[in-house]
Amino acid sequence: MNKETEKSTSTVEAAPKLLLSVSPHIRSQTDVQVVMYWVVVALVPAMIWSVYVFGIRTLWLTLTSILTAVLVEALFQKVRGRPITVYDGSAIITGILLAYNVPPGVPYWLVVVGSASAIGVKQIFGGLGYNIWNPALLGRAVIMASWPVHMTTKWLAPKFGTLSGIDAVSSATPLSVLKEAHRVFADPTSLPQQIAQVKLGVSQLYSSQGLANLFWGNVGGCIGEVSVALLLLGAILLFAKKIIDWRIPITYVGTVAVLGWIFGGAKGFFTGNVLFQVMAGGLILGAFYMATDMVTSPVTRRGRLFFGVGCGIITVIIRAFGGYPEGVSYSILLMNATTPLIDHWTSPKKFGSAKQRN
Amino acid sequence: MRKRTFSGGTHPPECKYTENKKIEVLPPPDLVTIPLHQHTGAPSEPLVKKGDPVKVGTKIGEARGFISATIHSSISGKVKEVGECIHPVTGAYAQAVIIEGDGEDAWDESVKSTDSYRDHEPQQLVEMVKEAGIVGLGGAAFPTHVKLSPPKEKPIDTCILNGAECEPYLTSDHRLMLERTKDIVEGGKLILKALGCKRGFIGIEANKPDAVSAFESIPKSENPFEVAPLEVKYPQGQEHYIIDAIVHREIPSGGLPMDIGVLVQNVGTALAIFEAIRFGRPLIQRVVTVTGSAIGEPKNVLARIGTPFSTLFEACGGLKTVPRKIIMGGPMMGIAVFTDQVPVVKGTSGIVVLDEKDAKQFVEEPCIRCARCVDACPMKLLPTTIGDFARLGMLEDAERTGIMDCKECGTCSYVCPSRRNLVHYMKSGKARIFEERRKKKSA
Ligand code: SF4
Ligand code: SF4
Repeated sequence: MNKETEKSTSTVEAAPKLLLSVSPHIRSQTDVQVVMYWVVVALVPAMIWSVYVFGIRTLWLTLTSILTAVLVEALFQKVRGRPITVYDGSAIITGILLAYNVPPGVPYWLVVVGSASAIGVKQIFGGLGYNIWNPALLGRAVIMASWPVHMTTKWLAPKFGTLSGIDAVSSATPLSVLKEAHRVFADPTSLPQQIAQVKLGVSQLYSSQGLANLFWGNVGGCIGEVSVALLLLGAILLFAKKIIDWRIPITYVGTVAVLGWIFGGAKGFFTGNVLFQVMAGGLILGAFYMATDMVTSPVTRRGRLFFGVGCGIITVIIRAFGGYPEGVSYSILLMNATTPLIDHWTSPKKFGSAKQRN
Repeated sequence: MRKRTFSGGTHPPECKYTENKKIEVLPPPDLVTIPLHQHTGAPSEPLVKKGDPVKVGTKIGEARGFISATIHSSISGKVKEVGECIHPVTGAYAQAVIIEGDGEDAWDESVKSTDSYRDHEPQQLVEMVKEAGIVGLGGAAFPTHVKLSPPKEKPIDTCILNGAECEPYLTSDHRLMLERTKDIVEGGKLILKALGCKRGFIGIEANKPDAVSAFESIPKSENPFEVAPLEVKYPQGQEHYIIDAIVHREIPSGGLPMDIGVLVQNVGTALAIFEAIRFGRPLIQRVVTVTGSAIGEPKNVLARIGTPFSTLFEACGGLKTVPRKIIMGGPMMGIAVFTDQVPVVKGTSGIVVLDEKDAKQFVEEPCIRCARCVDACPMKLLPTTIGDFARLGMLEDAERTGIMDCKECGTCSYVCPSRRNLVHYMKSGKARIFEERRKKKSA
């Protein structure tokens, strides 16, 4: 029914074979591939940076992840007799994002498993467009649940710095330093020198040098998340190309900023460092590249605002009160599940609902 | 220049190849095929039979019922047949009067011009418009006299002349605004008089600055219409959005412009009204933009109603390549026809002939929920959701989510990267809902 129909009229010589189809008869230049490949392009600077600071290994990890995603997608489609659509670029993005969300020191087989589960679940839901959860984050959740030690310890320090980006601590990522500080402050049995040490750590994290390290990416972290500057550069490209909409990333980051200031401080309410909360961990990668995943986020404009705020709230809750130092990926997964509801509640007011006159 | 607009919409490449081409008057063709149904509403009743002599402007079809329009001969000659032709809008056979020309091009005696046309009473004006068989020339072809006779309880306080011409490729209104500026204003004044309405605007997309200044150059004392430049955006020219842009009123769901005190008339229609009342000329010709990649020399032509498309192609340098698609109207809302032997009707604002390269066929892919259609839908609907409901036959859900409010403007399909045929789903869903309603009524 949706196929364009052709009719030929033998009586008309001038027009032997005219195409009949429903309007509109022209379409925009932007197709799915264009959308997807711009996202890939936007992610490239972060890739280059990770190779630079963590070594060539991250490139091989990422390529392994991409290759796995593409092959598994093709395999699934072949088995199910569906058209092979790996060229649309969506599996490539999943592969990249999965790799970007693992520590740079993990074994290769781990990204293979992660990437394969990401695409597997997506395909079980029906393929591109039908999946409910962001595939890359789901793949990450699978490996996180199965191999938590790999996922939380295989960090590499950047070429010119320490894991946390500060001198005081060399064995933890910035958010884990903060988490540890929270614990030490809250624990009545903490020794004075312990407290003094975490205080020093936190003040260094919040120093201009510490924040600059976060911004440029001179800290440890998952492969693709460390350089805020380069991720934002890619995001600017996506905004310019109108591939993503500001609503989710801005409300997400904004909510984390506000709530991070209120709850994210180690010394009680309203002591959180806003810049630190925004730049540390995977927030920028998550907010601009994963929460904005079209398939799994709301289609309504108002819905996207709620979605972003929701992601922000959950992220801060996990960071401040949860067992993990970071909450970006779980917050997005949780909000993905609410997308159909949000869409339902926020469908826009139809044109013609207004009654104003002048 | 402050540009007014509405929210949503899109901006397809303009392709206005013919904007600098003066309207060319075509000689009367040897044969015209005039369908008796060229307007929204009931078809007209034939008034002639085989062999009858007719002249230019002779009435050949009488309006049947209130929403209908009179039909006139567009050439002088002899009725060859009252038969059938393929209708460009429906693609099906429809009753038509086929007239063979005698080459004299003599006007019917009933066509009389008058200098005192400004003294006509409103009621008389409406009657003359009806007699002249004028319908909306923007493409929708709604009988104009009906629009000019709003019920008492719905007085019109604002009249908008629509010169937006937001469809890519089409330039017929643009040319008319440049070449017939004064006459359009005169027609507009007659509309104001017929309605007893004081306030008037003329909405023109800002990509036609020459048309804007043409209207602005007429002294205020002679032109009651305020020029309202509009943002260049499709579908700016649809009634809903031009009204919203200019007077910030929204037509209520399922309602008409008159419900909010507004009347919108295409600039070409205003001109037709002027010609009917000033010169007594019924609507027997119109300006058609003939363009597209397969046309030898794209032009704006003044063509008699009933001229076969193929004749227009010949007048426009013939076809350069094998045409792949012939569209009556613009590419956003126009209708694809399967033969060039269909006639120009009153609603034929343009004919776009595309070659193989431009008449692309698209393969539909699953929706990636990118929300482009949602952001672009000027009716603020959720095209992807409604489209799915309609596609899956969930008609109640489709109705609940607003399928009947869809104006079939094509914006959603145009922007969709997955190439979903959203408008097709809307159209077929609506058709099925109408079908159900009919069944319920008759049951
Ligand atoms: S849903 Fe209807 S009104 Fe909205 S963009 Fe699509 S065709 Fe236009
Ligand atoms: S524009 Fe197309 S792909 Fe995007 S949400 Fe609408 S239907 Fe889906």
